[in-house]
Amino acid sequence: MTSILSISGVSKTYATGFTALKEVNLDIERGEIFALLGPNGAGKTTLISIVCGIVNRSSGTVTVDGHDISRDYRAARSLIGLVPQELTIDAFESVWATVNYSRGLFGKPANPAFVEKVLRDLSLWDKKDAKAITLSGGMKRRLMIAKALSHEPRVLFLDEPTAGVDVELRQAMWEMVRRLRDDGVTIILTTHYIEEAEAMADRVGVINRGEIILVEGKAELMRKLGRKRLVLELRTPLTALPDSLSRYAPELSPDGGQLTYTYDNQSDRPGVASLIRDLEASDIQFRDLDTQNSSLEEIFVNLLRQEP
Amino acid sequence: MNLRAVWAIYRVEMARAFRTVLQSIVSPVISTSLYFVVFGSAIGSRITEIDGISYGAFIVPGLIMLSLLTQSISNASFAIYFPKFVGSIYELLSAPVSYLEIVIAYVGGAATKSIILGLIILGTASLFVPLQIEHPFWMIAFLVLTAVTFSLFGFIIGIWAKSFEQLQLVPLLIVTPLTFLGGSFYSIHMLPGIWKTVTLFNPVVYLISGFRWSFYGKADVSVGVSLGMTIIFLAACIAIVAWIFKTGYRLRN
Repeated sequence: MTSILSISGVSKTYATGFTALKEVNLDIERGEIFALLGPNGAGKTTLISIVCGIVNRSSGTVTVDGHDISRDYRAARSLIGLVPQELTIDAFESVWATVNYSRGLFGKPANPAFVEKVLRDLSLWDKKDAKAITLSGGMKRRLMIAKALSHEPRVLFLDEPTAGVDVELRQAMWEMVRRLRDDGVTIILTTHYIEEAEAMADRVGVINRGEIILVEGKAELMRKLGRKRLVLELRTPLTALPDSLSRYAPELSPDGGQLTYTYDNQSDRPGVASLIRDLEASDIQFRDLDTQNSSLEEIFVNLLRQEP
Repeated sequence: MNLRAVWAIYRVEMARAFRTVLQSIVSPVISTSLYFVVFGSAIGSRITEIDGISYGAFIVPGLIMLSLLTQSISNASFAIYFPKFVGSIYELLSAPVSYLEIVIAYVGGAATKSIILGLIILGTASLFVPLQIEHPFWMIAFLVLTAVTFSLFGFIIGIWAKSFEQLQLVPLLIVTPLTFLGGSFYSIHMLPGIWKTVTLFNPVVYLISGFRWSFYGKADVSVGVSLGMTIIFLAACIAIVAWIFKTGYRLRN
């Protein structure tokens, strides 16, 4: 895949002296869904704001499909759609007017059929004449997305798109994001919901204290940093672990009825098959077993804990 | 040039005026009518003529300028401050729009509204007093130049302001007093010695004087000086706006 967005050595220090970004380098591949994860204040929104032209960077370069965001800002910005975190709409404009305004702002000729399609896709068509102030929170969120899509962007930034959105709408949004990706739109989303990144992202980037600390394919990340857990329900509770199992360092539940063995995918610790063989050799029988993968959330938390 | 963007912003700004027609149009017309009743009738009965012009007719250009200045500032400052306040400015800043296009759209919208208002006040005034316009070209030129200049000034205030209080500060504490003391309701020749000199430091004097000259051919100060002062103020506003956009002052920082 080729890169559609290239961020090189971007730093941002605000007038207050606060450094929000430190020498950030990041390439986003064409047509992917990229999840940018990070705790509050990590620099996610600042980074997006710089790429979109909302905040001036202190140093570094950014290109969108080869267009420099400063020298060739018109071409760069016309490729980008942004759905910000806050619900910021002119409350007194109608849905139809405000979406058409966004399209005009990006220099696109009027196209009522396209705007109608966007509104229908987002279940907003029957609200087209309603003023934004009368819409529910979920509808306002969808209206923000409609505005961002109105000029047919090739790169879409979704800054916390499902914050405060109910489960049903969240699922619908995920579906919409996948459809957009299928249409060739590159999606960059920031989220606090790790399950969102886990469900949707092709690649994951983790930012902390203004620095990108990891960029990895989601599957690769889960494989590399993910942990597996084997839980065995024992037929007869154990009072203590036999020495033959000590090299596995399993955890024995307080009642002695459950044995848990945790291992990571790249570990050189002995494998599950050998554990089971050793259990048989020690005449320890089990009536059930279960394996669990660690979630992206656990990986994320572990990564942040490792940070100095 | 992204003309579609200019048109989109301009159209939204004009739509806002028609949505708030009571505040935008009717309210200033009522205020102006009240000025006529209070100043034109009550005071006008004691001051019959100034420079050979009936008092009622004399104050018309000043009244139009009064509304033109305050409305140009108010329209433009609110237009750019409101998106900043609600956060929707992100869309403008992330759009492929140049600084010049943003200024043309916002200032154009604000100036159009105040020019329409000025013409409505002129029409309203003609119901109260007989009017003459000796130099219609210059009347329109002063009207447009002043509306554009003070819309630019309002735009600067809207970007500078961090609160609604600051948004009102300059218009209320500086512009309104300067307008009232700028010869809207009197000729500066009626002032006693020292005040006649002091008032020449008030830039609004030149705007009103030039505008009045376009109506009646009589001015407190030379028309060339009036025109020059207006253009200097316009150039100063353009320079400040250019600096704001170059540095991203209170927009991109």
